Amino acid sequence: MRAPSATDIAAGEVILAVDNVSLSFGGVKALTDVSFDIKKGEVRAIIGPNGAGKTSMLNCINGFYHPTEGRITFKGETRPKMRPHEAAAGGIARTFQNVALFKGMSTLDNIMAGRTLKMNRSFFWHILRYGPAMDEEIAHRRFVEEIIDFLEIQHIRKTPVGKLPYGLQKRVELGRALAMEPEVLLLDEPMAGMNLEEKEDMCRFIIDVSNQYGTTIALIEHDMGVVMDLSDRVVVLEYGRKIADGTPDEVKRDQRVIDAYLGVGH
Amino acid sequence: MAHHADARAVTGAHDTFPKLLELNAVRFAARPAMRHKDLGIWRTWTWAEVAREVRDFALGLGELGLKRGDKVAIVGRNRPKLYWSMAAIQSWGGVPVPVYSDSVADEMAYVLEHAEASMAVVEDQEQVDKLLSVSERLPHLAHVIYDEPRGLRDYDHSRMHAFEEVQEIGRKAAGDPAKVKALDEAIALGKGADLAIMLYTSGTTGRPKGVMLSNDNVIVSAKNGGLFDGLTETEETIAYLPLAWVGDNIFSYAQSYVLGFCVNCPESAETVMEDRREIGTSYAFAPPRVYENLLTQTMVRMEDAGPLQKKMFDYFIGVAKEWGEKILNKEPVPLGARLQYAVGEMLVYGPLKNRFGLTNIRVGYTAGEAIGPEIFKFFRSLGINLKQLYGQTEASVYITAQPDGEIYADTVGKPNIDVELKIDDNGEVLYRSPGVFLGYYKDPEKTAETKTADGWVRSGDAGFFDPKTGHLKIIDRAKDVGKLRSGALFAPKYIENKLKFYPNIKEVVAFGQDRDFVTCFLNIDLTAVGSWAERNNVSYGSYQELAGHRDVLKTLTAHVDAVNRSLAEEPLMGGAQIRRFLVLHKELDADDGELTRTQKVRRGFIAERYMPLVEALYDGSKRGRIRTEVTFEDGRKGIIEGDVEIIDMTVHPVTGSAFKEAAE
Repeated sequence: MRAPSATDIAAGEVILAVDNVSLSFGGVKALTDVSFDIKKGEVRAIIGPNGAGKTSMLNCINGFYHPTEGRITFKGETRPKMRPHEAAAGGIARTFQNVALFKGMSTLDNIMAGRTLKMNRSFFWHILRYGPAMDEEIAHRRFVEEIIDFLEIQHIRKTPVGKLPYGLQKRVELGRALAMEPEVLLLDEPMAGMNLEEKEDMCRFIIDVSNQYGTTIALIEHDMGVVMDLSDRVVVLEYGRKIADGTPDEVKRDQRVIDAYLGVGH
Repeated sequence: MAHHADARAVTGAHDTFPKLLELNAVRFAARPAMRHKDLGIWRTWTWAEVAREVRDFALGLGELGLKRGDKVAIVGRNRPKLYWSMAAIQSWGGVPVPVYSDSVADEMAYVLEHAEASMAVVEDQEQVDKLLSVSERLPHLAHVIYDEPRGLRDYDHSRMHAFEEVQEIGRKAAGDPAKVKALDEAIALGKGADLAIMLYTSGTTGRPKGVMLSNDNVIVSAKNGGLFDGLTETEETIAYLPLAWVGDNIFSYAQSYVLGFCVNCPESAETVMEDRREIGTSYAFAPPRVYENLLTQTMVRMEDAGPLQKKMFDYFIGVAKEWGEKILNKEPVPLGARLQYAVGEMLVYGPLKNRFGLTNIRVGYTAGEAIGPEIFKFFRSLGINLKQLYGQTEASVYITAQPDGEIYADTVGKPNIDVELKIDDNGEVLYRSPGVFLGYYKDPEKTAETKTADGWVRSGDAGFFDPKTGHLKIIDRAKDVGKLRSGALFAPKYIENKLKFYPNIKEVVAFGQDRDFVTCFLNIDLTAVGSWAERNNVSYGSYQELAGHRDVLKTLTAHVDAVNRSLAEEPLMGGAQIRRFLVLHKELDADDGELTRTQKVRRGFIAERYMPLVEALYDGSKRGRIRTEVTFEDGRKGIIEGDVEIIDMTVHPVTGSAFKEAAE
């Protein structure tokens, strides 16, 4: 796999900043005055009890929701009404809490779908499957095969994803997100519903993505062990407000976090 | 008894692998030598290309300081670069030491420490991590070379190199005529009598032993094996068995070099079936387990098939059962049956063989353990020339094999070319052949115990020649054939194999030595029993729960009863019927030391580990309780608790006549 397209932002600098973001649906406040930043190359976790606003936060970042107040700056640019496809074109990819794949399509086709944005030839050429379109298809197929190799899913290359166990579907979804060569990868509970072995595999893939491609990763996760092992920094939400932000160790010691979420013993 | 035929162009001048490679690069220059499926595409290397890859790597190894006699560990699955590294190491007179890639770090450390490996060529990060975790035990290990760079970018590279990097170093060295000359001289200096490879046997008892095989051992055996079955350079094989296993070394390396055929490396361990289908292997080798799995999967799928398909399948499998073997053995068969078989071939056998990837199969071997007669006959009836072979690491595999047309489910065949056999007074099989090993590394005592001064090797297996067929029959490990307190013969493996032939039963451990009666532990087969549970709406939360399920126990009781009945028909074995048994709450696992890396049960170890259960089997209790420690693949440990039911069996009166005793 090639490295994602380079930007001027060096590793360790802020690539995405969330400033005083609030989000409400009618009278319900999902997020209240939340601010944090994501630095290039880091693994950033967003944790919090159920209904704390974690998924809403991700939805704001990739333009699915628009904050009622505050702003989100991505690569130095603030776009108040960014649409999801613009976010995707800008280099933000995501996976979903409940796997959102094309169930009837094979693993290969699902991941190929993630390359759509990178296709330059017109629809017309692709219908013909001829000339430059064919070359392009081959190049993309190669890229997708590298992802398949990377995620060790060669054996299910041609299996319809609807027939796959949940853990593998999650892996395919990660593959589709990677196919976009994202600069920022948003993972919504990548390990929900997995058994121990699947979780360990997924952790390894996340670490490998981060190490090998320098992809910035923001993830929501419930498994505390996973969060503490994987992430560089953690932001904690409760009832739509940020209650803590720091390294896993700092967060673990924070009394408000312990009270709100981690409970006793952690 | 031996007939020496001319093994094609291979002569005494090509008595080492690097020399054979040079020969192949000329005689088979443009023929495929190796394929590897990568990124979804089969990539092919010709013999000329392999020779170049090996040479670059060899020169690179020279730069890293590899010397004659140095041992180099090879750890990983079947990948081209790992096979190439063997020939590259041998070019300098070094000795490759393949290690089981699924060994835990401690086992790996033992082998590398014992072999004093100065370098290691490994597959990926997983293996590098294992080596690093035990690096303080490996003072000799100077360099680690890896194939797959993924995840290794941030590691300390002072003593670690990517495979390509070493080849690059080699290509630079190729600019210096002195260095090229040094390599050529090293290759020329190699002799047939030199140590070629060291293979650590998995060892059902104690620590693994390093079996030293010379070039002559391996090359002559590979050549003779090829002659036995008329193999040529057009064979296609798939390499998927552990590199550390002598079989893989012979079939995927030595024989390929001697005969010039192409070895195909699968994309991953999970894709072997699919890859085999794409390649269409003509020469195959697998332990019985692989064939068992194929059959179980087929049967499980047929259970889910539509009624028409099921009827068709059952009908034609019936036809195949009756006539298939006879047709394969070229016996006279009536025309009507031939026609029926031909229709079956079109509708059932052909598609099935295609699924198995065995459409083009000419010779298929099963070895390592006894295969269930049902399984064996099933494959043969489809027209697959599956045969049995008896081999050992110490013999460079070949001891006996079944010649085409002389196939019996319960024998292991006739001596291979140049192999002499005799049966000792205690029933132990002894052999002598050109493949007989040099000795155990750093263990002259064990060597002397196993190998006599005039070259006979004690196989450790008890067997006899079947007077009807002249074939060898193996009963059990010689030291395992014991007696009950009553004096009745107790051959645990014989009983275990009878039980294991039921698809529901994965593993069996029988006890009885110096006891009043025979008892056993069973392990259910999760695939078969799980599928049964699904079909019958039996819900279960865990392996443990399924293993203890009432209906499962009932089925297993029926199996044990059937085995007892069949034992009762054999006067020799009738006294060893199973009186009590239990179903274990966990799967026996190599990581816990309960199986060897080649998946054989370690009876003694299990008896000790499950002492409370063994006692419960003999003290008349209705249930047995135990706590056992389990090791996960990453080395962490956990505790599994079990409370299992013990089932009493009725013993059948011994009925068989005494004719079998005459056969002994």
